[in-house]
Amino acid sequence: MPSLAGLFFWMNIKLDNIKKLDVTKPLKLDCGKTIKNFPIAYETYGKLNDNKDNAILVFHALTGDQFVTGTNPITNKEGWWVTAVGPGRAIDTNKYFVICANVIGGCMGSFGPKDINPVTKKPYGLDFPVITIKDMVKAQESLLEHLGIKKLLCATGGSMGGMQLLQFCATFPDKAFSAVPIACSSSHSAQNIALNELARQAIMADPVWDNGKYVLKNSQPKNGLAVARMVGHISYLSEKGMQEKFGRKLQEKADYEFSFNADFQVESYLRHQGYAFVERFDANSILYITRAMDYFDLSKQFKGGLVEAFKNQKTKFLIISFSSDWLYTTKDNKDIVIALNASGADVSYSEIVTDKGHDSFLLDEPEFLKTLKGFLDSMYEKFKNEKRI
Amino acid sequence: MKKEFKVIADLLPNNTRVLDIGCGDGSLMHLLRIEKNIEVRGLELNQDNVKECIYKGLPVIQGNAETELHQFPDKSFDYVVLSQTLQAFYEPEKVLKNLLRIGKSVIISIPNFGYWKVRIKLLLFGEMPVTKTLPNTWYNTPNLHMCTIKDLFNFCDEKNIIIKKVVGVNENKTSLIRKSNLEIKNLFSKVGIFLIS
Repeated sequence: MPSLAGLFFWMNIKLDNIKKLDVTKPLKLDCGKTIKNFPIAYETYGKLNDNKDNAILVFHALTGDQFVTGTNPITNKEGWWVTAVGPGRAIDTNKYFVICANVIGGCMGSFGPKDINPVTKKPYGLDFPVITIKDMVKAQESLLEHLGIKKLLCATGGSMGGMQLLQFCATFPDKAFSAVPIACSSSHSAQNIALNELARQAIMADPVWDNGKYVLKNSQPKNGLAVARMVGHISYLSEKGMQEKFGRKLQEKADYEFSFNADFQVESYLRHQGYAFVERFDANSILYITRAMDYFDLSKQFKGGLVEAFKNQKTKFLIISFSSDWLYTTKDNKDIVIALNASGADVSYSEIVTDKGHDSFLLDEPEFLKTLKGFLDSMYEKFKNEKRI
Repeated sequence: MKKEFKVIADLLPNNTRVLDIGCGDGSLMHLLRIEKNIEVRGLELNQDNVKECIYKGLPVIQGNAETELHQFPDKSFDYVVLSQTLQAFYEPEKVLKNLLRIGKSVIISIPNFGYWKVRIKLLLFGEMPVTKTLPNTWYNTPNLHMCTIKDLFNFCDEKNIIIKKVVGVNENKTSLIRKSNLEIKNLFSKVGIFLIS
Protein backbone atom coordinates (compact mmCIF):
# COMPACT_ATOMS: atom_id res chain seq x y z
CA MET A 1 0.00 0.00 0.00
CA PRO A 2 1.64 3.26 -1.11
CA SER A 3 1.67 6.23 1.22
CA LEU A 4 -1.07 8.78 0.66
CA ALA A 5 1.39 11.35 -0.66
CA GLY A 6 2.80 8.76 -3.00
CA LEU A 7 -0.68 7.79 -4.06
CA PHE A 8 -1.55 11.36 -4.99
CA PHE A 9 1.66 11.70 -6.91
CA TRP A 10 0.88 8.52 -8.76
CA MET A 11 -2.70 9.69 -9.42
CA ASN A 12 -1.46 12.99 -10.80
CA ILE A 13 0.83 11.19 -13.23
CA LYS A 14 -2.08 9.06 -14.38
CA LEU A 15 -4.27 12.17 -14.70
CA ASP A 16 -1.85 13.46 -17.32
CA ASN A 17 -2.90 10.62 -19.60
CA ILE A 18 -6.63 11.26 -19.71
CA LYS A 19 -8.66 13.19 -22.29
CA LYS A 20 -8.59 16.92 -21.64
CA LEU A 21 -9.80 19.99 -23.43
CA ASP A 22 -8.07 23.27 -22.73
CA VAL A 23 -10.80 25.86 -22.69
CA THR A 24 -9.27 29.08 -23.99
CA LYS A 25 -12.50 31.08 -24.09
CA PRO A 26 -12.78 33.17 -20.88
CA LEU A 27 -15.56 32.06 -18.56
CA LYS A 28 -17.09 34.65 -16.26
CA LEU A 29 -18.06 32.90 -13.06
CA ASP A 30 -21.10 33.77 -10.94
CA CYS A 31 -18.77 34.95 -8.16
CA GLY A 32 -17.52 37.69 -10.50
CA LYS A 33 -14.11 36.24 -11.29
CA THR A 34 -13.16 35.17 -14.80
CA ILE A 35 -11.21 32.03 -15.62
CA LYS A 36 -9.53 31.16 -18.91
CA ASN A 37 -7.15 28.55 -20.29
CA PHE A 38 -8.45 25.92 -17.94
CA PRO A 39 -8.75 22.15 -18.46
CA ILE A 40 -11.95 20.11 -18.77
CA ALA A 41 -11.28 16.40 -18.41
CA TYR A 42 -13.75 14.14 -20.18
CA GLU A 43 -14.41 10.67 -21.48
CA THR A 44 -16.53 9.35 -24.33
CA TYR A 45 -18.03 5.94 -25.03
CA GLY A 46 -19.42 4.54 -28.28
CA LYS A 47 -19.20 6.30 -31.62
CA LEU A 48 -20.66 9.54 -32.85
CA ASN A 49 -22.54 8.69 -36.06
CA ASP A 50 -22.30 10.66 -39.29
CA ASN A 51 -25.52 12.56 -38.66
CA LYS A 52 -24.29 13.46 -35.18
CA ASP A 53 -27.73 12.66 -33.80
CA ASN A 54 -26.82 9.95 -31.27
CA ALA A 55 -24.95 11.98 -28.63
CA ILE A 56 -25.94 11.72 -24.99
CA LEU A 57 -24.36 13.97 -22.38
CA VAL A 58 -24.17 12.60 -18.85
CA PHE A 59 -23.70 14.97 -15.91
CA HIS A 60 -22.09 13.35 -12.88
CA ALA A 61 -23.06 13.71 -9.22
CA LEU A 62 -21.10 15.11 -6.24
CA THR A 63 -18.46 12.40 -6.01
CA GLY A 64 -18.67 11.12 -9.57
CA ASP A 65 -16.30 11.73 -12.45
CA GLN A 66 -16.08 11.41 -16.22
CA PHE A 67 -15.52 7.63 -16.08
CA VAL A 68 -19.13 6.58 -16.40
CA THR A 69 -18.67 2.96 -17.38
CA GLY A 70 -15.99 0.36 -18.07
CA THR A 71 -12.94 0.56 -15.81
CA ASN A 72 -11.92 3.88 -14.32
CA PRO A 73 -8.23 4.13 -15.37
CA ILE A 74 -7.31 6.17 -12.30
CA THR A 75 -8.91 4.04 -9.59
CA ASN A 76 -9.03 0.74 -11.53
CA LYS A 77 -12.58 0.35 -10.25
CA GLU A 78 -15.80 0.05 -12.26
CA GLY A 79 -17.27 3.26 -13.65
CA TRP A 80 -19.96 4.80 -11.42
CA TRP A 81 -22.89 4.15 -13.78
CA VAL A 82 -22.12 0.70 -15.26
CA THR A 83 -25.64 -0.39 -14.37
CA ALA A 84 -27.12 2.05 -16.90
CA VAL A 85 -24.39 2.77 -19.45
CA GLY A 86 -22.55 0.27 -21.63
CA PRO A 87 -23.06 -2.15 -24.53
CA GLY A 88 -26.65 -3.43 -24.44
CA ARG A 89 -27.51 -1.38 -21.36
CA ALA A 90 -30.28 1.22 -21.05
CA ILE A 91 -27.91 3.86 -22.41
CA ASP A 92 -26.54 1.53 -25.05
CA THR A 93 -23.02 2.47 -26.11
CA ASN A 94 -23.36 0.28 -29.21
CA LYS A 95 -26.03 2.70 -30.35
CA TYR A 96 -25.31 6.00 -28.62
CA PHE A 97 -22.28 8.22 -28.21
CA VAL A 98 -21.96 8.99 -24.50
CA ILE A 99 -20.03 11.98 -23.23
CA CYS A 100 -19.22 12.86 -19.64
CA ALA A 101 -16.99 15.63 -18.31
CA ASN A 102 -15.53 16.12 -14.86
CA VAL A 103 -17.05 19.24 -13.28
CA ILE A 104 -14.86 22.24 -12.61
CA GLY A 105 -14.04 22.27 -8.93
CA GLY A 106 -13.59 18.50 -9.17
CA CYS A 107 -10.42 16.45 -8.87
CA MET A 108 -10.37 14.07 -11.86
CA GLY A 109 -8.45 16.34 -14.20
CA SER A 110 -10.79 19.30 -14.66
CA PHE A 111 -9.88 22.71 -13.28
CA GLY A 112 -10.00 22.35 -9.49
CA PRO A 113 -8.52 23.46 -6.17
CA LYS A 114 -5.53 21.14 -6.40
CA ASP A 115 -4.40 22.70 -9.70
CA ILE A 116 -1.41 25.02 -9.70
CA ASN A 117 -2.15 28.71 -9.42
CA PRO A 118 0.02 30.37 -12.13
CA VAL A 119 0.47 33.45 -9.94
CA THR A 120 1.78 31.69 -6.82
CA LYS A 121 3.06 28.56 -8.62
CA LYS A 122 1.41 26.59 -5.82
CA PRO A 123 -1.87 24.64 -5.67
CA TYR A 124 -4.89 26.94 -5.33
CA GLY A 125 -6.40 25.42 -2.20
CA LEU A 126 -8.96 27.93 -0.93
CA ASP A 127 -7.73 30.56 -3.40
CA PHE A 128 -9.71 28.63 -5.99
CA PRO A 129 -12.81 30.69 -6.89
CA VAL A 130 -16.16 29.57 -5.50
CA ILE A 131 -18.05 28.01 -8.37
CA THR A 132 -21.74 27.34 -9.04
CA ILE A 133 -23.74 24.72 -10.89
CA LYS A 134 -24.18 27.27 -13.68
CA ASP A 135 -20.40 27.70 -13.96
CA MET A 136 -19.96 23.92 -14.20
CA VAL A 137 -22.53 23.72 -16.98
CA LYS A 138 -21.14 26.62 -18.97
CA ALA A 139 -17.68 25.05 -18.82
CA GLN A 140 -19.05 21.80 -20.20
CA GLU A 141 -20.79 23.53 -23.05
CA SER A 142 -17.35 24.33 -24.47
CA LEU A 143 -16.77 20.60 -24.72
CA LEU A 144 -19.84 20.11 -26.94
CA GLU A 145 -18.57 22.85 -29.18
CA HIS A 146 -15.19 21.13 -29.32
CA LEU A 147 -16.79 17.80 -30.22
CA GLY A 148 -18.85 19.48 -32.94
CA ILE A 149 -22.22 18.56 -31.46
CA LYS A 150 -24.91 21.14 -32.16
CA LYS A 151 -27.76 19.29 -30.55
CA LEU A 152 -27.71 16.38 -28.15
CA LEU A 153 -30.15 13.53 -28.52
CA CYS A 154 -30.41 13.56 -24.75
CA ALA A 155 -28.78 14.88 -21.62
CA THR A 156 -29.18 13.10 -18.33
CA GLY A 157 -27.89 12.93 -14.79
CA GLY A 158 -28.90 12.01 -11.27
CA SER A 159 -28.64 13.99 -8.06
CA MET A 160 -26.24 16.91 -8.67
CA GLY A 161 -26.07 15.65 -12.25
CA GLY A 162 -29.81 16.34 -12.48
CA MET A 163 -29.32 19.84 -11.13
CA GLN A 164 -26.65 20.52 -13.74
CA LEU A 165 -29.06 19.22 -16.35
CA LEU A 166 -31.88 21.56 -15.26
CA GLN A 167 -29.43 24.44 -15.37
CA PHE A 168 -28.17 23.30 -18.77
CA CYS A 169 -31.72 23.28 -20.19
CA ALA A 170 -32.50 26.70 -18.72
CA THR A 171 -29.25 28.26 -19.94
CA PHE A 172 -29.10 26.52 -23.33
CA PRO A 173 -32.75 25.83 -24.21
CA ASP A 174 -32.06 24.40 -27.67
CA LYS A 175 -29.03 22.21 -27.00
CA ALA A 176 -30.84 19.01 -26.03
CA PHE A 177 -33.66 17.26 -27.88
CA SER A 178 -34.58 15.43 -24.70
CA ALA A 179 -33.58 15.44 -21.05
CA VAL A 180 -33.85 12.99 -18.16
CA PRO A 181 -33.22 14.62 -14.77
CA ILE A 182 -33.19 11.89 -12.12
CA ALA A 183 -33.67 12.15 -8.34
CA CYS A 184 -32.84 15.84 -8.14
CA SER A 185 -34.21 19.21 -7.14
CA SER A 186 -34.45 22.69 -8.59
CA SER A 187 -33.05 24.16 -5.38
CA HIS A 188 -31.28 22.87 -2.31
CA SER A 189 -33.52 22.58 0.73
CA ALA A 190 -32.52 23.50 4.29
CA GLN A 191 -31.97 19.80 5.00
CA ASN A 192 -29.78 19.41 1.90
CA ILE A 193 -27.68 22.40 2.94
CA ALA A 194 -27.46 21.14 6.52
CA LEU A 195 -26.14 17.75 5.42
CA ASN A 196 -23.57 19.39 3.16
CA GLU A 197 -22.53 21.68 5.99
CA LEU A 198 -22.01 18.63 8.18
CA ALA A 199 -19.69 17.20 5.53
CA ARG A 200 -17.76 20.46 5.24
CA GLN A 201 -17.46 20.89 8.99
CA ALA A 202 -16.09 17.36 9.32
CA ILE A 203 -13.33 18.21 6.84
CA MET A 204 -12.60 21.59 8.41
CA ALA A 205 -12.41 20.06 11.90
CA ASP A 206 -9.58 17.80 10.80
CA PRO A 207 -6.32 19.57 11.82
CA VAL A 208 -4.62 18.25 8.68
CA TRP A 209 -7.02 20.33 6.58
CA ASP A 210 -5.25 23.51 7.75
CA ASN A 211 -7.49 25.96 5.89
CA GLY A 212 -7.12 23.96 2.73
CA LYS A 213 -3.33 24.25 2.74
CA TYR A 214 -2.81 20.49 3.09
CA VAL A 215 -2.40 20.44 -0.70
CA LEU A 216 0.91 22.28 -0.32
CA LYS A 217 2.17 19.45 1.88
CA ASN A 218 0.84 16.80 -0.46
CA SER A 219 -1.30 15.35 2.33
CA GLN A 220 -5.06 14.89 2.81
CA PRO A 221 -7.37 15.41 5.83
CA LYS A 222 -8.48 11.83 5.54
CA ASN A 223 -10.28 11.52 8.87
CA GLY A 224 -12.45 14.54 8.16
CA LEU A 225 -13.03 13.57 4.55
CA ALA A 226 -14.00 10.03 5.58
CA VAL A 227 -16.61 11.37 8.01
CA ALA A 228 -17.92 13.66 5.26
CA ARG A 229 -18.35 10.64 3.04
CA MET A 230 -20.12 8.70 5.80
CA VAL A 231 -22.68 11.51 6.15
CA GLY A 232 -23.29 11.26 2.44
CA HIS A 233 -23.70 7.51 2.51
CA ILE A 234 -26.36 7.68 5.21
CA SER A 235 -28.34 10.14 3.13
CA TYR A 236 -28.16 7.94 0.04
CA LEU A 237 -29.90 5.00 1.74
CA SER A 238 -33.44 4.77 3.06
CA GLU A 239 -34.26 3.85 6.64
CA LYS A 240 -35.93 0.65 5.51
CA GLY A 241 -33.17 -0.24 3.06
CA MET A 242 -30.53 0.26 5.73
CA GLN A 243 -32.47 -1.84 8.23
CA GLU A 244 -32.86 -4.66 5.72
CA LYS A 245 -29.22 -4.57 4.65
CA PHE A 246 -27.60 -4.29 8.10
CA GLY A 247 -30.21 -4.44 10.85
CA ARG A 248 -28.34 -4.98 14.13
CA LYS A 249 -26.04 -7.57 12.60
CA LEU A 250 -22.56 -7.74 14.12
CA GLN A 251 -19.37 -7.55 12.07
CA GLU A 252 -17.67 -10.96 12.11
CA LYS A 253 -18.20 -11.49 15.82
CA ALA A 254 -20.59 -13.38 18.05
CA ASP A 255 -21.17 -10.70 20.67
CA TYR A 256 -20.42 -7.10 21.61
CA GLU A 257 -16.78 -6.32 22.20
CA PHE A 258 -17.53 -3.67 24.79
CA SER A 259 -15.25 -1.28 22.93
CA PHE A 260 -15.56 1.41 20.26
CA ASN A 261 -14.40 -0.78 17.43
CA ALA A 262 -16.85 -1.39 14.62
CA ASP A 263 -19.07 -3.97 16.31
CA PHE A 264 -22.03 -3.44 13.98
CA GLN A 265 -21.99 -4.18 10.28
CA VAL A 266 -23.38 -0.75 9.53
CA GLU A 267 -20.42 0.86 11.33
CA SER A 268 -17.98 -1.27 9.42
CA TYR A 269 -19.71 -0.37 6.16
CA LEU A 270 -19.52 3.36 6.84
CA ARG A 271 -15.86 3.19 7.88
CA HIS A 272 -15.01 1.23 4.77
CA GLN A 273 -16.88 3.63 2.49
CA GLY A 274 -15.33 6.64 4.23
CA TYR A 275 -11.73 5.50 4.11
CA ALA A 276 -11.94 4.06 0.58
CA PHE A 277 -13.16 7.45 -0.58
CA VAL A 278 -10.14 9.44 0.66
CA GLU A 279 -7.96 7.56 -1.80
CA ARG A 280 -9.78 8.94 -4.80
CA PHE A 281 -11.16 12.31 -3.82
CA ASP A 282 -9.80 15.69 -2.79
CA ALA A 283 -11.19 17.23 0.40
CA ASN A 284 -11.18 20.79 -0.96
CA SER A 285 -13.14 19.58 -3.99
CA ILE A 286 -15.87 18.37 -1.63
CA LEU A 287 -16.03 21.85 -0.10
CA TYR A 288 -16.30 23.54 -3.48
CA ILE A 289 -18.78 21.14 -5.04
CA THR A 290 -21.10 20.98 -2.02
CA ARG A 291 -21.04 24.80 -1.95
CA ALA A 292 -22.09 24.87 -5.60
CA MET A 293 -25.00 22.54 -4.77
CA ASP A 294 -26.09 24.70 -1.82
CA TYR A 295 -26.07 27.84 -3.93
CA PHE A 296 -28.24 26.15 -6.54
CA ASP A 297 -31.70 27.69 -6.78
CA LEU A 298 -32.85 27.78 -10.38
CA SER A 299 -35.94 29.86 -9.63
CA LYS A 300 -33.78 32.64 -8.16
CA GLN A 301 -32.11 33.17 -11.53
CA PHE A 302 -35.35 34.08 -13.26
CA LYS A 303 -37.79 36.83 -12.37
CA GLY A 304 -40.84 34.70 -12.90
CA GLY A 305 -39.39 31.80 -10.91
CA LEU A 306 -39.05 28.23 -12.08
CA VAL A 307 -41.83 28.51 -14.68
CA GLU A 308 -39.89 31.32 -16.37
CA ALA A 309 -36.70 29.20 -16.27
CA PHE A 310 -38.38 26.68 -18.56
CA LYS A 311 -40.20 29.13 -20.81
CA ASN A 312 -40.11 28.34 -24.54
CA GLN A 313 -38.56 25.00 -23.72
CA LYS A 314 -38.56 22.65 -26.74
CA THR A 315 -36.72 19.89 -24.90
CA LYS A 316 -38.75 16.77 -24.10
CA PHE A 317 -38.37 15.94 -20.44
CA LEU A 318 -38.66 12.74 -18.45
CA ILE A 319 -38.36 13.31 -14.70
CA ILE A 320 -37.74 10.25 -12.54
CA SER A 321 -37.90 10.04 -8.76
CA PHE A 322 -37.59 7.17 -6.28
CA SER A 323 -40.25 6.64 -3.63
CA SER A 324 -37.82 6.10 -0.73
CA ASP A 325 -35.42 8.92 -1.61
CA TRP A 326 -35.46 11.38 1.29
CA LEU A 327 -32.55 13.48 0.01
CA TYR A 328 -34.25 14.63 -3.18
CA THR A 329 -37.82 13.59 -2.59
CA THR A 330 -40.66 12.79 -4.94
CA LYS A 331 -42.09 16.19 -4.01
CA ASP A 332 -38.86 17.97 -5.01
CA ASN A 333 -39.02 16.22 -8.36
CA LYS A 334 -42.74 16.87 -8.80
CA ASP A 335 -42.17 20.58 -8.27
CA ILE A 336 -40.01 20.49 -11.38
CA VAL A 337 -42.78 18.66 -13.25
CA ILE A 338 -45.32 21.25 -12.13
CA ALA A 339 -43.12 24.11 -13.33
CA LEU A 340 -42.54 22.40 -16.66
CA ASN A 341 -46.27 21.82 -17.02
CA ALA A 342 -47.02 25.43 -16.20
CA SER A 343 -44.57 26.57 -18.87
CA GLY A 344 -46.24 24.23 -21.38
CA ALA A 345 -43.19 22.01 -21.86
CA ASP A 346 -43.33 18.41 -23.06
CA VAL A 347 -42.86 16.52 -19.81
CA SER A 348 -43.22 12.96 -18.57
CA TYR A 349 -42.83 11.85 -15.01
CA SER A 350 -42.44 8.51 -13.29
CA GLU A 351 -41.98 7.60 -9.65
CA ILE A 352 -40.14 4.31 -9.23
CA VAL A 353 -41.24 2.39 -6.15
CA THR A 354 -38.19 1.07 -4.31
CA ASP A 355 -36.66 0.78 -0.81
CA LYS A 356 -33.19 1.63 -2.00
CA GLY A 357 -33.31 5.38 -1.40
CA HIS A 358 -31.43 8.06 -3.31
CA ASP A 359 -28.79 5.55 -4.42
CA SER A 360 -31.40 3.78 -6.58
CA PHE A 361 -30.32 5.59 -9.73
CA LEU A 362 -26.89 3.96 -9.49
CA LEU A 363 -28.22 0.48 -8.81
CA ASP A 364 -29.64 -2.29 -10.95
CA GLU A 365 -33.24 -1.12 -10.52
CA PRO A 366 -35.07 -2.85 -13.41
CA GLU A 367 -38.19 -0.63 -13.55
CA PHE A 368 -36.02 2.48 -13.62
CA LEU A 369 -33.64 1.16 -16.27
CA LYS A 370 -36.50 -0.09 -18.48
CA THR A 371 -38.19 3.30 -18.30
CA LEU A 372 -34.95 5.09 -19.13
CA LYS A 373 -34.26 2.78 -22.07
CA GLY A 374 -37.81 3.05 -23.43
CA PHE A 375 -37.67 6.82 -23.32
CA LEU A 376 -34.25 7.09 -24.98
CA ASP A 377 -35.12 4.68 -27.77
CA SER A 378 -38.40 6.45 -28.56
CA MET A 379 -36.64 9.83 -28.47
CA TYR A 380 -33.95 8.58 -30.84
CA GLU A 381 -36.61 7.58 -33.41
CA LYS A 382 -38.23 11.01 -33.10
CA PHE A 383 -34.97 12.91 -33.27
CA LYS A 384 -33.91 11.06 -36.41
CA ASN A 385 -37.24 11.82 -38.07
CA GLU A 386 -37.10 15.47 -37.04
CA LYS A 387 -33.61 15.84 -38.42
CA ARG A 388 -34.66 14.23 -41.69
CA ILE A 389 -37.47 16.76 -42.11
CA MET B 1 -59.83 0.34 -31.42
CA LYS B 2 -62.57 1.13 -28.99
CA LYS B 3 -65.57 2.79 -30.64
CA GLU B 4 -65.57 5.29 -27.82
CA PHE B 5 -62.06 6.52 -28.71
CA LYS B 6 -63.15 6.95 -32.33
CA VAL B 7 -66.06 9.12 -31.18
CA ILE B 8 -63.80 11.18 -28.94
CA ALA B 9 -61.29 11.63 -31.76
CA ASP B 10 -64.09 12.83 -34.06
CA LEU B 11 -65.12 15.44 -31.50
CA LEU B 12 -61.61 16.92 -31.39
CA PRO B 13 -60.34 19.36 -34.03
CA ASN B 14 -56.86 18.90 -35.55
CA ASN B 15 -53.77 20.61 -34.15
CA THR B 16 -55.16 21.25 -30.68
CA ARG B 17 -53.68 20.65 -27.22
CA VAL B 18 -55.32 17.82 -25.31
CA LEU B 19 -54.84 16.42 -21.80
CA ASP B 20 -55.96 12.82 -21.36
CA ILE B 21 -56.76 12.09 -17.71
CA GLY B 22 -56.34 8.42 -16.89
CA CYS B 23 -54.70 7.84 -20.25
CA GLY B 24 -54.04 4.12 -19.65
CA ASP B 25 -51.50 2.65 -22.03
CA GLY B 26 -51.75 5.70 -24.30
CA SER B 27 -54.00 4.20 -27.03
CA LEU B 28 -56.17 7.32 -27.29
CA MET B 29 -53.18 9.67 -27.15
CA HIS B 30 -51.47 7.70 -29.89
CA LEU B 31 -54.60 7.84 -32.07
CA LEU B 32 -54.99 11.59 -31.56
CA ARG B 33 -51.36 12.29 -32.33
CA ILE B 34 -51.23 10.17 -35.48
CA GLU B 35 -54.63 11.01 -36.99
CA LYS B 36 -55.19 14.59 -35.87
CA ASN B 37 -51.72 15.96 -35.14
CA ILE B 38 -52.90 16.78 -31.66
CA GLU B 39 -50.37 17.79 -28.99
CA VAL B 40 -51.18 15.24 -26.29
CA ARG B 41 -50.35 14.94 -22.61
CA GLY B 42 -51.45 12.17 -20.28
CA LEU B 43 -51.97 11.66 -16.57
CA GLU B 44 -51.92 8.07 -15.33
CA LEU B 45 -51.67 6.36 -11.96
CA ASN B 46 -50.55 2.86 -12.93
CA GLN B 47 -46.78 2.35 -13.22
CA ASP B 48 -46.95 -0.23 -16.02
CA ASN B 49 -49.22 2.00 -18.07
CA VAL B 50 -46.87 4.93 -17.53
CA LYS B 51 -43.96 2.83 -18.75
CA GLU B 52 -46.00 1.75 -21.79
CA CYS B 53 -46.71 5.40 -22.71
CA ILE B 54 -43.05 6.33 -22.32
CA TYR B 55 -42.03 3.44 -24.60
CA LYS B 56 -44.40 4.84 -27.20
CA GLY B 57 -42.83 8.28 -26.83
CA LEU B 58 -46.03 9.73 -25.39
CA PRO B 59 -45.63 12.37 -22.67
CA VAL B 60 -47.23 11.07 -19.50
CA ILE B 61 -47.17 12.16 -15.89
CA GLN B 62 -47.53 9.55 -13.21
CA GLY B 63 -50.05 10.84 -10.72
CA ASN B 64 -53.52 10.74 -9.23
CA ALA B 65 -56.21 12.88 -10.86
CA GLU B 66 -58.09 13.08 -7.57
CA THR B 67 -55.26 14.96 -5.84
CA GLU B 68 -52.86 16.23 -8.47
CA LEU B 69 -54.82 18.24 -11.01
CA HIS B 70 -53.67 21.46 -9.35
CA GLN B 71 -50.37 21.16 -11.24
CA PHE B 72 -52.04 22.12 -14.51
CA PRO B 73 -52.60 25.86 -15.01
CA ASP B 74 -55.99 27.42 -15.92
CA LYS B 75 -57.03 26.98 -19.54
CA SER B 76 -53.69 25.38 -20.39
CA PHE B 77 -55.35 22.85 -22.72
CA ASP B 78 -57.92 23.20 -25.50
CA TYR B 79 -59.56 19.96 -24.37
CA VAL B 80 -59.35 17.73 -21.34
CA VAL B 81 -60.54 14.15 -21.83
CA LEU B 82 -61.76 11.90 -19.04
CA SER B 83 -62.71 8.48 -20.25
CA GLN B 84 -64.94 6.33 -18.00
CA THR B 85 -63.39 7.29 -14.69
CA LEU B 86 -65.55 10.14 -13.35
CA GLN B 87 -67.61 7.66 -11.35
CA ALA B 88 -64.51 6.23 -9.67
CA PHE B 89 -63.43 9.42 -7.90
CA TYR B 90 -64.20 10.18 -4.27
CA GLU B 91 -65.32 13.67 -5.23
CA PRO B 92 -66.37 13.68 -8.89
CA GLU B 93 -67.82 17.17 -8.63
CA LYS B 94 -64.48 18.60 -7.51
CA VAL B 95 -62.63 16.73 -10.26
CA LEU B 96 -65.09 17.96 -12.86
CA LYS B 97 -64.63 21.54 -11.69
CA ASN B 98 -60.88 21.14 -12.05
CA LEU B 99 -61.24 19.72 -15.56
CA LEU B 100 -63.32 22.72 -16.59
CA ARG B 101 -60.67 25.00 -15.10
CA ILE B 102 -57.78 23.33 -16.97
CA GLY B 103 -59.47 22.86 -20.34
CA LYS B 104 -61.31 25.32 -22.53
CA SER B 105 -63.63 22.37 -23.17
CA VAL B 106 -63.98 18.98 -21.54
CA ILE B 107 -64.95 15.57 -22.91
CA ILE B 108 -66.28 13.07 -20.40
CA SER B 109 -67.47 9.57 -21.06
CA ILE B 110 -69.49 7.56 -18.55
CA PRO B 111 -70.74 3.99 -18.41
CA ASN B 112 -74.51 4.53 -18.47
CA PHE B 113 -76.27 3.11 -15.43
CA GLY B 114 -79.56 3.81 -17.16
CA TYR B 115 -78.91 1.22 -19.90
CA TRP B 116 -81.88 -1.17 -20.12
CA LYS B 117 -79.91 -4.32 -19.23
CA VAL B 118 -78.59 -2.62 -16.11
CA ARG B 119 -82.10 -1.57 -15.13
CA ILE B 120 -83.52 -5.06 -15.69
CA LYS B 121 -80.83 -6.71 -13.63
CA LEU B 122 -81.71 -4.59 -10.65
CA LEU B 123 -85.46 -4.41 -11.23
CA LEU B 124 -86.20 -8.03 -12.07
CA PHE B 125 -83.39 -9.95 -10.42
CA GLY B 126 -82.72 -7.64 -7.50
CA GLU B 127 -78.97 -7.86 -8.04
CA MET B 128 -76.31 -5.24 -8.71
CA PRO B 129 -75.76 -5.24 -12.48
CA VAL B 130 -72.66 -6.83 -14.03
CA THR B 131 -72.30 -6.10 -17.76
CA LYS B 132 -69.56 -5.76 -20.37
CA THR B 133 -69.28 -2.05 -19.62
CA LEU B 134 -69.59 -2.63 -15.87
CA PRO B 135 -67.66 -5.86 -15.38
CA ASN B 136 -67.07 -5.69 -11.63
CA THR B 137 -69.22 -7.02 -8.78
CA TRP B 138 -70.48 -4.82 -5.97
CA TYR B 139 -67.62 -5.68 -3.58
CA ASN B 140 -64.69 -5.03 -5.91
CA THR B 141 -65.96 -2.29 -8.20
CA PRO B 142 -63.87 0.90 -8.32
CA ASN B 143 -67.05 2.77 -9.20
CA LEU B 144 -68.23 4.83 -6.24
CA HIS B 145 -70.62 7.23 -7.96
CA MET B 146 -72.53 5.52 -10.75
CA CYS B 147 -74.83 7.74 -12.76
CA THR B 148 -76.95 7.69 -15.88
CA ILE B 149 -76.71 9.84 -18.97
CA LYS B 150 -79.80 11.65 -17.73
CA ASP B 151 -78.15 12.28 -14.34
CA LEU B 152 -75.11 13.89 -15.89
CA PHE B 153 -77.35 15.86 -18.25
CA ASN B 154 -79.33 17.25 -15.32
CA PHE B 155 -76.17 17.85 -13.31
CA CYS B 156 -74.71 20.04 -16.06
CA ASP B 157 -77.98 22.00 -16.27
CA GLU B 158 -78.01 22.54 -12.53
CA LYS B 159 -74.39 23.70 -12.38
CA ASN B 160 -74.71 25.95 -15.45
CA ILE B 161 -72.23 23.83 -17.38
CA ILE B 162 -72.75 24.24 -21.11
CA ILE B 163 -73.48 20.99 -22.92
CA LYS B 164 -72.23 21.32 -26.48
CA LYS B 165 -72.81 17.77 -27.61
CA VAL B 166 -73.76 14.39 -26.21
CA VAL B 167 -73.14 11.16 -28.06
CA GLY B 168 -74.61 7.81 -27.03
CA VAL B 169 -72.66 4.66 -27.89
CA ASN B 170 -74.10 1.17 -28.16
CA GLU B 171 -71.59 -1.36 -29.54
CA ASN B 172 -70.73 0.10 -32.95
CA LYS B 173 -73.68 2.43 -33.21
CA THR B 174 -73.56 6.04 -32.16
CA SER B 175 -76.31 8.60 -31.92
CA LEU B 176 -76.69 12.22 -30.95
CA ILE B 177 -78.52 12.80 -27.69
CA ARG B 178 -80.69 15.87 -27.19
CA LYS B 179 -83.17 16.84 -24.56
CA SER B 180 -85.95 15.62 -26.86
CA ASN B 181 -84.66 12.05 -27.13
CA LEU B 182 -82.95 11.84 -23.73
CA GLU B 183 -85.37 9.33 -22.17
CA ILE B 184 -85.06 6.78 -24.97
CA LYS B 185 -81.29 7.22 -25.49
CA ASN B 186 -80.75 6.91 -21.76
CA LEU B 187 -82.33 3.47 -22.06
CA PHE B 188 -80.39 2.23 -25.09
CA SER B 189 -76.87 3.71 -24.76
CA LYS B 190 -74.15 1.76 -23.01
CA VAL B 191 -71.83 4.72 -22.85
CA GLY B 192 -72.49 8.47 -22.91
CA ILE B 193 -69.90 10.93 -24.21
CA PHE B 194 -70.34 14.58 -23.21
CA LEU B 195 -68.64 17.60 -24.71
CA ILE B 196 -69.02 20.42 -22.19
CA SER B 197 -67.49 23.74 -21.26
